[in-house]
Amino acid sequence: MTQPDTELRVSKIENGTVIDHVTAGEALRVLAILGIDGTEGETVSVGINVPSDRLGRKDVVKVEGMELSQDEVDVLSLIAPDATINIIREYEVIEKSRVDRPESVVGVLTCPNTNCITNAGEPVNTHFDVLDTGVQCRYCETIIRENITDHIET
Amino acid sequence: MRHEHVISAKQFSRADIEAVLDRAADFAADPQAASGHEGALLALAFFEPSTRTKMSFETAIKRLGGDTIDMGPVEFSSVSKGETLADTLRVLEGYADGIVLRHPMEGAATMASEFIDVPLFNAGDGAGQHPTQTLLDLFTIREEVGLDDLTIGIMGDLKYGRTVHSLAQALTNFDTRQHFISPDSLRLPRSVRYDLHEQGAQVREHEGYEEILSELDVLYVTRIQRERFPDEDEYHAVAGKYRLDAETIREYNEDLTVLHPLPRVDEIAADVDDLPGATYFEQAHNGVPVRMALLDMLL
Repeated sequence: MTQPDTELRVSKIENGTVIDHVTAGEALRVLAILGIDGTEGETVSVGINVPSDRLGRKDVVKVEGMELSQDEVDVLSLIAPDATINIIREYEVIEKSRVDRPESVVGVLTCPNTNCITNAGEPVNTHFDVLDTGVQCRYCETIIRENITDHIET
Repeated sequence: MRHEHVISAKQFSRADIEAVLDRAADFAADPQAASGHEGALLALAFFEPSTRTKMSFETAIKRLGGDTIDMGPVEFSSVSKGETLADTLRVLEGYADGIVLRHPMEGAATMASEFIDVPLFNAGDGAGQHPTQTLLDLFTIREEVGLDDLTIGIMGDLKYGRTVHSLAQALTNFDTRQHFISPDSLRLPRSVRYDLHEQGAQVREHEGYEEILSELDVLYVTRIQRERFPDEDEYHAVAGKYRLDAETIREYNEDLTVLHPLPRVDEIAADVDDLPGATYFEQAHNGVPVRMALLDMLL
């Protein structure tokens, strides 16, 4: 049986997550969001500008041994709104879901406003409301539209 | 008014605003008639200098029969030992029936409201919001020219000016045309523009005030605030950019009502004070009945 072209480009994984239908060219940002840089020894496969019936071109990210948390999926949705998340166990897709844009993301992004109270060592999580184009700090109301991934908490 | 805390002008509906202004009008007509809050204690937590806001809150609660407790200067408080704002306010809520907070950081009041149950009054959070100032601004405008079919210019530091942010957002509840006058580097922040756009506000921006002065009912002037600039050079590039004097007002618009949240430096010349439209001292006085109304409704 012939494998779909996209599957052949990168190897199947035994356990982990396949993030499919990532906006073309955003795969490396997805890895940045997930904090994956290979230093933990994880196996990562990346397809960039892979042909896609639905999107024309798309990126695909496969990460061995890692299942995404809801927080990670929420942030992912900000830069890859069409992504699908496939959880793989024993080479089988046991869960497949689309990302949904959340109403807000909590404790994930750092506010770029250095005078925002969330940057003052107070016992409070950052909280960003998701707008049609960007995110807005619920505390100081700063809006981030560009390079959202630059503000992911480390 | 349905809100337990007063954090941002964005929370106000037209009905909220009118309820406060109507109550304030009652107090303005007869300040001695106020009572019913005997024994009420209001905590004043001012992490930045303030004259008008602080003293008008003090006057307001005392007119209502209550009293204040004052955290005092930051350098003599536990803040200087490294205590968080959240902890300071959690202590104060055990002492008082309400807390007035002024803080130099944006979002301080929003965060504070998550930690305390007594009503919190945001008396200014950095370059963010100053909603109680806005209510007294609106009270003054309503008394002078009315709040509907209003053409208002807002001039000066629109980027860091918290009174501007609150006022612009509150005015979207009324039939107003807003003209924003500032140097390019001090234009409204993106977040305020977003809110105004979402509310469908009629907005225009200008770099000079002469081009629009004749169309205005009200000109709201603000100070270029040296203390808000992260960069001294940026401040010097725009300091003294606008200076309104009596001759200009007579030339362009004799009926102009001029407001300013004070303190002023050199943006309004002293000779404007004698014009009938110079309303900024009445505006400052209106802080008492307006804050009496807020305290009366929320404590």
